Amino acid sequence: MRHPSALRIFLKTIAARAYPRVVASFRNRTWVVTETLLPLIGTIAMIYVYRALHAPVRYLGFVVLGGVLLAFWQNVIWAMATQFFWDRGAGNLELFAMAPTSLAAILLGMAFGGAYVSLTRSVAVLLVASILFGISYSTAGLLPALGIFVLTICALYCLGMLLASLFLFYQREAWQLADAMQEPIYFLSGFYFPVRSLGAVVGGVGSLIPLTLGLDAIRQLVLPGTTQFIPIRWEVLAIVVQIAGYALLSQVSLRYLERRAREDARLILRST
Amino acid sequence: MDTAVETRALRRVYRSRNQEVVALDGIDLLVRRGERFGVLGPNGAGKTTLIKILVTLLLPSSGEAFVDGLDVVHQFRELRHRIAMVSGGENVGFGMLKVKEQLWMFSQFYGMPSPAARRHITELLERLGLSEAADRRVSALSSGMRQKMNLIRGLITNPRILFLDEPTVALDVGAARDVRDEVRRWMAEDPSRTVILTTHYMMEADELCDRVAIVNRGRIVAQGTPAELKQQVQQDAIVDLQLTPGSRLLDALRAVGGVAAASVAEQDGIDRFSLQLSSDAALSGVMRVVESSGRQIRGVQKREPTLEDAFVKLVGRGMAEEEQP
Repeated sequence: MRHPSALRIFLKTIAARAYPRVVASFRNRTWVVTETLLPLIGTIAMIYVYRALHAPVRYLGFVVLGGVLLAFWQNVIWAMATQFFWDRGAGNLELFAMAPTSLAAILLGMAFGGAYVSLTRSVAVLLVASILFGISYSTAGLLPALGIFVLTICALYCLGMLLASLFLFYQREAWQLADAMQEPIYFLSGFYFPVRSLGAVVGGVGSLIPLTLGLDAIRQLVLPGTTQFIPIRWEVLAIVVQIAGYALLSQVSLRYLERRAREDARLILRST
Repeated sequence: MDTAVETRALRRVYRSRNQEVVALDGIDLLVRRGERFGVLGPNGAGKTTLIKILVTLLLPSSGEAFVDGLDVVHQFRELRHRIAMVSGGENVGFGMLKVKEQLWMFSQFYGMPSPAARRHITELLERLGLSEAADRRVSALSSGMRQKMNLIRGLITNPRILFLDEPTVALDVGAARDVRDEVRRWMAEDPSRTVILTTHYMMEADELCDRVAIVNRGRIVAQGTPAELKQQVQQDAIVDLQLTPGSRLLDALRAVGGVAAASVAEQDGIDRFSLQLSSDAALSGVMRVVESSGRQIRGVQKREPTLEDAFVKLVGRGMAEEEQP
C-alpha cells in the first residue's frame, strides 16, 4: 500500500494545526481585547510608573520591548505548554496520536499559528506604545535585533514544545503550573527592566528562559546606553545552543510521551 | 488475506498504586474482511480497552493482536494509515472552525492532497445531509450533526477498517438511523472494508452486525451471528412484565423455578421486567412473587426472543443494570 511520505504528512500537519490558530484570531473578536488591548494597557501602566519616577526615555523602551516579547511568552505558556492537556480532555489528543503523523508536527503547527497571533499583538504593542510615548530606537541596530528576535522566538517555541509534553505528565496540575510560572518568569527574565540589575547569579538562572538573553541583546542593539548583561555575541550563541538543546529535549520528551502513553492509558486517552 | 482483525489470548491489566484491574482477560477474536462485527457488553466489560488496543493507542499486557495483518504493537506506524476510529459523544476539534475546515484539518494529518480531501468532504457532507452545515461553526452544531461530522472524519481517509465505539450514543432516533445507514452504504461500496462496532444498543447490533461477540468482565462469553445467539434462547418463553415501582424484586424473580434469566429497566416510571422462562408453567410462580410484593401489574406480554434476551442469559444481567457486588 502506498502512503504519502512522512515528510509530506509532517508538513501538512504543521499547516493544518496552525490553521485554527490563525482563523481564530479573525473570528473570535473578544481575542482582540484580551490578546491586544489588555496587554497594551499593562505595558502602558508600567510606562507611567517609569515616567512618574522620571526615568530616562530608554527605560520606557525597555518596557515596550518587554511587552513585545511578553506576548510570545504568554502564548507559549497558555496556548502551547498547556494545550496538550486541553486536547486530551476534548479527545483531540487520541486522534492526533492514532493518525500517521507525529506529535512534533502538531506542536510545530501550534507554534507557527501561535507565533502568528502573537506577532500581530506584539506589533500593536510596539507601534502604539512607541508612537504614544515618543520612544525612538537606534536604526543601526534594527536589522541585527530582528535577527535576534527571530532566534529568540525559535528558542522560546522549542521550550514550549518541551513544556507541552512535561505539562501532560503533570495532568491536572497543568493550569496551576502555568499560573505559578508566570510571575517569577516576568521577574527573572527582566521584562520591564535590564536583567543585569538582578546580578550574575539570578540573571544566569533567568537566562535558561530564552527571552532573558534575547531581550537583553535586542535592548542593547536598539536602545543605546543599555547596560549589558553579557556581550551580545555570547547571548546569540547561548540562544542558538538553547534552540538546539530545547529542540532535542522536546523530541526526546515527545518520544517518551508517545511510548509511555501506550503503556499508561491515562496520559492521552479521553475517557480512561 | 481474509482476516481483518485477529487477537490471541489478549490481556490488558490496568495498574494503579496497590490495585490491579483486569480489563481484558484472554480475548480470542477473529473478524473476517468485509464483516460488520459487533462487540457487546455492559459498562466496564472491556469493549473500549479492546478497541483502543486495536487502534494502536494502548499496548496489551500480554497476548497478540493483528489488524489488517499488522501487529498492533510493532507495526503501529504502518497500521495507522489503514484505520480510523469514531467514538460516540465526541467533542473533538475546534469550535470556531467551520465544519468543512475541521474535516480538512483532520484529513491533513493523514497527508491527503487538499483538493482530493475537499472533494471527498463535499461528497460525504451531501450524503449525510450536512451540506447546508458545511460553513457553520462546529460549536453551533447539534449533537446529531456533530456525530455525523465525526463519522465523516472517520471516512474521509478511506480506512480499510473503521472502528466505531458507541457511535450512536445519546443520538435521537433519526440521527442514529442516518449514522447506521451511512455505515451500511460505506461498506457496500467496497466489500473489503470492515467495521468493528461497540454498542450498548442491542437493536443496533442486531440490525447492523453480521456477527457479534458478547464481552463480560474482560472475556468473550459468546460469539456468532445475531440469529445464532438468539437461538440460545429460542426454546425459552420470553415474557415482558410491567409493574409499578416498589421494593427490589429482581432477585426474587430470578429465584423462581423455571426462570432462566431476568432483567429490569425503568421507563416512564414503570419497571419493565424481561423474563426468560424455560416453560410457561413458571409464570404462575412469577405471579405469586409479584402478588406478594404488593406491586401492581400494568401489562404482561409474551414475545419473540431478541439479542438482548440472549445477552441477559449469557451475561446474567441486562445492559442497563449495574453489576451486583
